[in-house]
Amino acid sequence: MSERLSVLKTYKLYVGGKFPRSESGRVYEVTDSKNNWLANAPLSSRKDARDAVVAARKAFGGWSGATAYNRGQILYRIAEMLEGRRDQYVAEVADAEGLSKSKAAAQVDAAIDRWVWYAGWTDKIAQVVGGGNPVAGPYFNLSSPEPTGVVAVLAPQESSFLGLVSVLAPVIATGNTAVVVASEKSPLPALSLGEVLATSDLPGGVVNILSGRTAEIAAPLAAHQDVNAIDLAGADETLAKELEITAADNLKRVLRPQPVDDADWSATPGTDRLTAFLETKTVWHPTGALGASGSSY
Amino acid sequence: MPTTAPAANGPAQSPANGPAHGFADVTASDSTLRRFLHGLPGVDTVGLEARAASLGTRSIKTTAKAYALDLAISMVDLTTLEGADTPGKVRALGAKAVRPDPTDRTAPATAAVCVYPDMVPTAKEAVAGSGVKVASVATAFPAGRASLAVKLADVREAVAAGADEVDMVIDRGAFLAGNYMKVHDEITAVREACGTAARLKVIFETGELSTYDNIRRASWLGMLAGADFIKTSTGKVAVNATPANTLLMLEAVRDFRAQTGVQVGVKPAGGIRTAKDAIKFLVLVNETAGEDWLDNHWFRFGASSLLNDLLMQRQKLTTGRYSGPDYVTVD
Repeated sequence: MSERLSVLKTYKLYVGGKFPRSESGRVYEVTDSKNNWLANAPLSSRKDARDAVVAARKAFGGWSGATAYNRGQILYRIAEMLEGRRDQYVAEVADAEGLSKSKAAAQVDAAIDRWVWYAGWTDKIAQVVGGGNPVAGPYFNLSSPEPTGVVAVLAPQESSFLGLVSVLAPVIATGNTAVVVASEKSPLPALSLGEVLATSDLPGGVVNILSGRTAEIAAPLAAHQDVNAIDLAGADETLAKELEITAADNLKRVLRPQPVDDADWSATPGTDRLTAFLETKTVWHPTGALGASGSSY
Repeated sequence: MPTTAPAANGPAQSPANGPAHGFADVTASDSTLRRFLHGLPGVDTVGLEARAASLGTRSIKTTAKAYALDLAISMVDLTTLEGADTPGKVRALGAKAVRPDPTDRTAPATAAVCVYPDMVPTAKEAVAGSGVKVASVATAFPAGRASLAVKLADVREAVAAGADEVDMVIDRGAFLAGNYMKVHDEITAVREACGTAARLKVIFETGELSTYDNIRRASWLGMLAGADFIKTSTGKVAVNATPANTLLMLEAVRDFRAQTGVQVGVKPAGGIRTAKDAIKFLVLVNETAGEDWLDNHWFRFGASSLLNDLLMQRQKLTTGRYSGPDYVTVD
């Protein structure tokens, strides 16, 4: 019996719920830690970035308007799907980062657990960072957090999967939509994540994943007038500074590079990344003059 | 302004001068008209669509793109045809037509605003002194289901209110029933009602004509009856302007000018929403009818959301940054 022909996977982008190739038609070679060829990944152009922003903007109304509970369910569903594909991610992470199977498995487990952790936060963050404010006057004064909008996320370069999940999950948990630039050297786990997102009830366009040269894709995203915020996790110092200057033009919210893959993966990452892309809306609601009893309601 | 027409917008194309274009015998009776229209060569559907698609693949970049965007902006008939139109909305539209991009004074004005007849005075006031024209739909738009007297009254009211252009709809029912003379006479009557004051655009509602052959016949019928412009659709049905039906109409105006010396304009309307689409149409114009039509006197886009996309693309070209819907007006 002859040997089976290998079936190689064509890695593609994930934009607007679809899996297009790069508009430019370009690809680049992705290698493992020992420089063995793994696959060709799309080398995205600025037009892919533009299309991704259009898709993210289109999805924003629906996603930010969905109930927090519904978003939590969908995020949990993504974790379920990730669990089902655990072996695939373990293999991809092991290849990408040169880890042993067991170390890669620990990373993937941590990533899935982290995803679940953020899924639980969707309908709780408003209570933590919002609430009633005591004011001197006959008003109900309420603050509630609202998503910033379209967020460009430069995924961490080294931690190809745990790092990606750590920056992406908090962005979409609060109702933002995201354009993710995958790790330049190891984009395969990120591109595979698109396949999970597409089958997890997550509306198309909420997460858009691009692979390619981080600097090339990040520049137009930072300059884009319709991007509301940018997470610079995957940018080195020089690039981060450059992007921050470009992003200032339309007063984008900028999150400077923060370490994400702490030594202790099981530790809770805290709410910092959730609150980084939230805007506070405060409403003054007149209650009328206070009566003799001291209260009119 | 390039023109080979005897007069740009005068009565020269009216039926009074019918014999001038040499088709007087064609419109002499119902049977000669039918014989002529059915004698037009049949449309090669596959060839037409392939030609339209292949012209849509041209790459228009840098300076050519800048030229095309400005040209397209200057060709927009900024349209609002809703039951909910208020004077305030029409005034806002007028202001936008006059100065589409308030942050960049080099952006050209649009060609016209297009409104319902009762809004013409408001629109006229809003664009006064700017050179932007006011177009009014008429003849029981969009269905065209009314008696001729009602349609003519509709037109006269619009013209009296100061409309520079009248967009009429043909009686599709009569056309599809083969009653070509009725359609012809209606167009000539409306042409007369417009007088010298207004240019006449004839809307065929191509989405309701079923076949490309019918679109070709309607185009010739409209031109024979004295249309200044032939227009694809009302924007109120499922299928509006497509590259293929616009290409077909461009071929008709090209052939009509070759035979009669009378130039007729073309206006695709409805469904053109992106700058990319608009540029594809401009390629069609240039490659089919020729440069003479690359002017807002002879080619228009009936659109509303298209303008915002053109402006965003223009901002991208001038600033190098992708723009967003926060930087253009909401209609």
